[in-house]
Formats: sequence, C-alpha cells, structure tokens
Amino acid sequence: MTKKSGFPIGHVLGYLLSLLLTFAAAFVALKMDSLTSHVILWTIGALAVIQAALQLFMFMHVTEGEKHAQLINILYGVFMAAVIVAGTIWVMTSGMHYH
Amino acid sequence: MSAQVNTAHSHISDPGKSKLPLEYQTLQGQMNILGFWIFLGAEIVLFATLFGVFGVLGTRYAGGPQPSDIYMIKEVLIQTVLLLTSSFTCGLAITSMRQGSLKGLIGWMVVTLLLGAGFLVMEINEFAHYVHEGATMQTSAYLSSLFVLLGTHGLHVTLGIGWAILVIIQLLQRGLTPQTATKTFIIGLYWHFLDVIWIFIFTFVYLKGLVVG
Amino acid sequence: MDINITEVRLMNIKWDEFFVTGDPLILGAQISIVLAIVGIVGGLTYFKKWKWLWKEWLTTVDHKRIGIMYIISAVLMFFRGGMDGLLMKAQTSRPELNFLDAQHYNEIFTTHGVIMILFMAMPMLIGLMNIIIPLQIGARDVAYPQLNALSFWLFFSGAMLFNISFVIGGSPDAGWTSYFPLAGKEFSPGIGNNYYAIALQISGIGTLMTGINFIVTILKMRTKGMTLLRMPMFTWTTFITSILIVAAFPIFTVALGLMMMDRLYGTHFFTLSGGGLDMLWANLFWLWGHPEVYIVILPAFGIYSEVIATFSRKRLYGYNSMILSIVGIAFLSMLVWVHHFYTMGSGPAVNSVFSITTMLIAVPTGIKVFNWLFTMRKGKIRMTTAMMWSLAFIPNFLIGGVTGVMLAMAAADYQYHNTLFLVAHFHYTLIPGVVFAVFAALYYWWPKVFGFRLNEKIGRWHFWLFVIGFNMTFMPMFFLGLDGAVRRSYTYSAETGFAPLFLVSAIGAVIMASGFVALCYNMYWSIRYAKRENEADPWNGRTLEWATASPVPFYNFAKLPEVKSLDAFWHMKKHNEGLELHEDEIEEIHMPSNSGLPVYMGIVFFIAGFFLVFEWHVLALIAGLGVLLGLALRSFDYDEGYHVTKEEVKQIESSWRTVKGGRN
Repeated sequence: MTKKSGFPIGHVLGYLLSLLLTFAAAFVALKMDSLTSHVILWTIGALAVIQAALQLFMFMHVTEGEKHAQLINILYGVFMAAVIVAGTIWVMTSGMHYH
Repeated sequence: MSAQVNTAHSHISDPGKSKLPLEYQTLQGQMNILGFWIFLGAEIVLFATLFGVFGVLGTRYAGGPQPSDIYMIKEVLIQTVLLLTSSFTCGLAITSMRQGSLKGLIGWMVVTLLLGAGFLVMEINEFAHYVHEGATMQTSAYLSSLFVLLGTHGLHVTLGIGWAILVIIQLLQRGLTPQTATKTFIIGLYWHFLDVIWIFIFTFVYLKGLVVG
Repeated sequence: MDINITEVRLMNIKWDEFFVTGDPLILGAQISIVLAIVGIVGGLTYFKKWKWLWKEWLTTVDHKRIGIMYIISAVLMFFRGGMDGLLMKAQTSRPELNFLDAQHYNEIFTTHGVIMILFMAMPMLIGLMNIIIPLQIGARDVAYPQLNALSFWLFFSGAMLFNISFVIGGSPDAGWTSYFPLAGKEFSPGIGNNYYAIALQISGIGTLMTGINFIVTILKMRTKGMTLLRMPMFTWTTFITSILIVAAFPIFTVALGLMMMDRLYGTHFFTLSGGGLDMLWANLFWLWGHPEVYIVILPAFGIYSEVIATFSRKRLYGYNSMILSIVGIAFLSMLVWVHHFYTMGSGPAVNSVFSITTMLIAVPTGIKVFNWLFTMRKGKIRMTTAMMWSLAFIPNFLIGGVTGVMLAMAAADYQYHNTLFLVAHFHYTLIPGVVFAVFAALYYWWPKVFGFRLNEKIGRWHFWLFVIGFNMTFMPMFFLGLDGAVRRSYTYSAETGFAPLFLVSAIGAVIMASGFVALCYNMYWSIRYAKRENEADPWNGRTLEWATASPVPFYNFAKLPEVKSLDAFWHMKKHNEGLELHEDEIEEIHMPSNSGLPVYMGIVFFIAGFFLVFEWHVLALIAGLGVLLGLALRSFDYDEGYHVTKEEVKQIESSWRTVKGGRN
C-alpha cells in the first residue's frame, strides 16, 4: 500500500467531481421544471449515492488497511440503511393508519 | 490474521512492511482504524434511522411552516460547499502527514476546522432564522424531525472540531509518531464521514423539500 | 400564613414525589437499600479493603475480571427480575386479588421485562463472552481493554439508574416496550418513564462499544494458525452477535433519544398532536428489539455447541452449516420486525411479507437442532449438569419455536396477539434458549474461572426444580391465552374460568424460584466447601481455554498456542503438541495498565442521567461536561502498559506445571 508522493490528484479529482455532482443535483431539483417530481427525486438520489461512493473511495480510502472487512462493513451498513429507511416508510405509510 | 506480537503498541507488526503509512505500522493502530470503520458503520445505521423518521414525518406540517416557507437554499449551498471543501482540505492534511510534513498536516487541519466552524455558524444562523419565523421543533412533527436530524449532524461536527483540536495539541506536543498518526487518520475518517452524511441531508432534506410537483 | 407542604417545589419537583411513599413493599426496599449500602461501606472500611477493591476490580481492564463483574451483576438482577415475576404470579394466582393494585402491577411487569432482557440476559452473555473469547482464540486480552471496562461501567451505571427508580421518583410503568402514546408526557406525566429513556440509553452505549470490541478482537487477535474456519463455535456466535449489536443498537439509541425529546422537550415524534405518529415508536423499537432477541439467543446457541460436543466426546456435527445457519439467522433477524405489531394496521401486503420472512427463520434454526442431535449420535455421552441443561433445551425450545411459527402467520396472530399465548411463546424461547444456556455455561466454565467445580448433586436439584417449575409456570399460559386471557392485566374475574390454570402457574413459579435458590446455594456451598483441584482441563475439553491453568493467569497464556486444526486443544492432546512449556519459550509479556477513567465515566453518566431524569437541565449539562472531560483525558492518555518479566511468568507457570529446561 505505498502511497505515491507528490500531487494528490485523487483528492482534487474527488473534490471537483463532488462539486459537480452537488450543483448538478441542485440544478435538477430546482431548475428542471419539465421533469416530474418522481424522476427528479430518483435522479438526485442517484447523484447523492454516486457522490457518497466517490468520497468513500477517493477521500476515505476504504480499500486500504483491512480492505475486505471495511468494505463489507460499509456495504452492510448501507444495506441496513436501506432496510431501515425503506422499511420504515413502507410500514408506516401502508394501511389505513397513516393520515 | 495472527497476532504474533504480544505487544500491540510499540513494535512494528512486520518489519518487512515498514513501507506502510505510519498510522498502520502498529497492530494497535491497525485495530483502532478498523474499529473506527466499524463505528462508522454504526453511525450509518444511526443516521439512517433519523432519515427514516424524517421520511415518515417530513410531510406532516400540522398546519405550520413548510420547507418552501423557511429554507434558504442559497445559504444551504454555501454551507454545502464549505463542508465539502473542508473534507477536501482534510484529505490534503492526511496527504501531508503521509509525506511526513507535520507543518503541512497541521496547516491543512486548521483550514479544515475553520471551514467547519464556518459551516456551524451558518447552521446556527439557519436555526435562528427558523425560530424567528415561528418554526420551532415543538411546532410540528416535520420540524421536530428536521431539527433533530440537522442538529444531530451539527452536534457531530461540533464534537469533531473539539476532538480535532485535542489531536492537533498532541501533534504539537509529540510530533508525528505511529500513535499520533493513527489518531489523526481516525479524526480524518470521521470528518470525511460527516460530509458524506451531509450529501444525503442536502439531497433528501433540502432539495427534496423544495421539489415542486 | 399557611404553607401547604405538598405544594412546595424546589427545582421543579414536588419533594414528596421524590421519594416513593405510601407503599410498605417499597418502604421495605428503601430501608434495605440503605442498610445494604451501610453494610457494604462499613464492611469495606472495617476490613480495610478499599484499596484492594479499587486496584483489583474498579480499575481493572482484565477481560476475565470484567466478565466476572458482569456475571455478578446479572445474577443480582436475576434475583430482582425474578422477584418481579413472583409478585406478578402471586397477584394473579386468584381472581380479583388486591395484593398489587394496577399501577403497581404495571411498574412490576415493566421492570421485569427490562431487567430480565437488558440487565440480566445481556450482561450474563456479555460477561461469558468477555471471559472466554480471548482464551478461545489464544489471545491475551480484547482489542480495546480500557473500552471494555468502560462498557461494563456504562452498563452498571444504566442498571443502577434504572433500579433506583423504584425508590426515587417511581418506576417506569408502560411495559418493557414502552409504547406511545401511553409512554408520552401526556399520559405518563411523572418521571418514571424518563428513567426508561435515559438509563437504557446509557447502558446501550456500553453494549455498542462491546460489539465493536469483539468484532475487532476476533478479526485481528487470533493466535497463529487459527483461521476463521478453525474458530470454536462460541467464538463464531460471538462474532456474528457482535455484528448484530453494531447493526441494531444505534436504532435503539435514536428511538430512546426521540422518546427523550418528546417527553422532555415537547417535540412531536410520537405524540398524538402536531403530526406525530405513535406507531413510529413501535416500528423503531422493534427494528432494534427483534435483532436484540437474536443477540441473546446466538451466544446461547454457541454455548450449546461447545457443551454438547464436549460431553458427547465428539466433534460438533456440521461445522460449516452451523456457521451458515447463524449467518442466515442474523441476516433474517433484521427483516422480521413487523411481526411484533401485525395488528397495528400496516395492512395485508406488509403483513404477508413479514410473515414469510419470520417463518423462514425457523429453517436455519432447525438445521442447528439437527446438527446438535447428530453430534450426540454415536458419541460418548456424559450426563454432567451442563449437558443436562443442553438436553433440556432441545425439546423445550422446540415448543417455543413452533409456537413462534404459529404466531408468525399474521392472520392467525390477530387471535394470539397480546394474549398469554404470546407470553408463553417468548418465555419458551428465552428461558430454555438463553437461561438454560447460561446455567450450562456456569457449570461448564466455572472450574476454568475459579479452579473448582460447582457441586453436581446440588446441580441436579437446581436442574429438576427449575425445569419442572418452568414448564408448570408457562405451559398453562398457552391455554389461558387461547381461552382469551390477555397479557399485562393485573387481575381477572372468576367467571372467566381462568383461575385454576393461573393457580397452577403460580405454584410452578414458586418451584422455579426454588430452583434458582438451589443455584445460589450451589454457588455458596461450592465457594465454601468444594475441593480446589485447580484442574486446567476438568472436562477433557476440545478448545483452547482448557489449555491454560485454572484459574487463568492474568496474562492468559505463557506461550501463545499455535493452532493446527479445528478443536485446537483436542488436536494438541491427540498429537501431544504444544502441551509443554520450555523455559526458552517464555518471553516478556506486555499487558495494559489499569485505569480509573471507566469507573469515573460510569459515575458521571449516572449523575448526568439522574439530573436529566428529573429534568434539571442546567445540572445535567454541567455533568455532561464531566463526560466530555473524561473523553479529553482519555485522548491524552499515552500509557503503554507494563511488562511482565520472564521470571514472573516462569514462577506462575511453575505453580501448575513443570517448566522444562531450554531446548538446545
């Protein structure tokens, strides 16, 4: 795991791409009136996930150290997050109790 | 993975691997970093729960203020850029550390914390604005979940700044050792993580709240 | 000038509501607590044992000592939770008794549930994990010894805070599940349920830390040659359980935090007004709560695997499928939570999905049962007390399991939900599952920890009284439930026809309690009279904890063992490898230093929690600063531990085996 010394190209690239993804999402959400809200939400959601993954690899070096354990750990955390968020929303908004 | 050393702290776990960055050179350092990743997994679950709550309660306005009434999107964008930039400068700090430059490390860490403090000042302003508009966390379920989600993140940032200051003091006292390098790497991970969470707050709290139709 | 004393308020609490008054039982408890404290403090002072207590126990970071403290706490909590159970059984033994009024009964079933699951089962299992895991993987301690001590003191702090509610301020009374809107400020305006939100939060932090600690310990500190697939089954279950802890406990952290926000700060997460959703609490609670019951059952399964293999003198059958099944159980356990509230109205689509996932969990569990049975087949069975508990587990747990499948069917559950049928189901899984395992583990590992065995004859009495009493207590409750008897009800009328079975159940509870008394007597008798044989390997064991002395030296192993196969110690014995210690194999051993910081954090969390319970916010904030101070002190702690000299190691090792000369 030798780190190339010198210019931190990974970080700069990660930063610029993150900025790009941020403003792209803002543009889609606030300026693109032609799209339905459904499409907008899925788009900005995808952009968020991409940016998060980007930062995980380029800023946080998740593949260094105990790379397998760390990656499995993050993936499992993401799986749990999906179950909790989607599960809670589904359970709470189904049926007749949610007004 | 075996623990041939009975000394997790001082000895290098495998002399042939001294090309490892300083923070990975002791067994205890490796374990602390791994343990912190696992802690971040727990934090993902914690924030996911808050997001789930927001997902359910986020449209229950109880006749009170709604997102379009109170959000200041320009300020939110500035906050986002501040935090994102601070995550970038934090990465530069760790890069300096790996190049052996204590001055570079501390310099970039200070920039990171200043940007973080800027983020916090704006967030406090934001909350003050909401309260001034009559939107308190007691007003509705939406506002309760908004304040708690944003507040939990903000509290994490505040604690992170305090923690980073403690680490900087130790770096000044002891220089770059395997132990201080591990601590620095870990606070770096924490700081990056807080920006990753913010991506989802920015997207699913602010942007989503302002999407019309 | 007239002053009405009951109207006097200081710091916003009515002082006649501070101490619980007006109940003889509680007054008795208050007096006993004061006497106990005086006795303990007096005794320590008289025998000049303060320094010993501080040095050997309060500041220890030794995983074995920490484990013993967990287990002692759990046994004491078992007593309190058991008393709660007996009181409930006494009250319901006859129709329309007024031994306990409804309010008191509510407080008792609430504390019974919270204590048994969170302050008895969890510390008991975590204590066992603490003592045994480093030994089973051939390590000297866990990955984070000081964090380990912190975990214990946070548990203890939360447990003490919860227990004190009984005599100061009033106990929580909304059930161990603390549903809203009952648990909210509007319907429970006292401070009792504040205790629930805050005490459990403190303990929960400790548990999360334990989860992280054991994952890293197992991944990074296994001795040479111990690959993941050569780990003992108790280590595997601990590993998977720790992952479950890390995945589930943060959910509870949030839920309790939101409860605190609603009760203390007027937010609207679960309230009836302002857009809150009371059902959201149930959703979050069970998102944590279901994995929680698997967190207690998986280590128990690991214990059974060890005990059954050892006393069948045979390798555990189906090692790989055992691992796959616990991974499967853990995975599925995160996907079934709605089965706890099918009747709350999520509708048929949600209920159907969760019925299916719930029924699926029976499959990997069934695989495990068959593996245990096949382990015993053609083995040389030894009917030690530990083995008897493991054998009793199988048919009794089976009853719990199949009634679970009945409950899993959402449509049918509309009949069973919140009846005594449900209560019987979960007691048939928790008691044969977890409690029998804890008993088995006590008999099995006691000689390793203390150097003498628990008495087998008294053990038989413990076993038979408890198992017969248990069945007598809970079997009738299936039928009572099917007849319509509901849970959490302080009485019933004679016309219901419930009376005979309730009486049988109450008598059963007394028999079960006498079984517990037999256990306590066994511990007392054995401590006093059992022969100190100090056998390293009293049961002809298969795993590495039996490869070192009993009691275990503080450094665990003089020479870290080298593992060549599964059942590492059995292999060592069969091939006569690694059993001897040569003088030149002894190296200096590096051990972590004691620390007073964990117990300080426990105290400061207790104080902050106490102030928060009483809503004295400024004081709580100041105490909270004490927590931050502790964190800062830890950050500046660069203590690297100390070294044990070769001579000291040689001396300790010589006390139990011959240290051979150097091999040149």
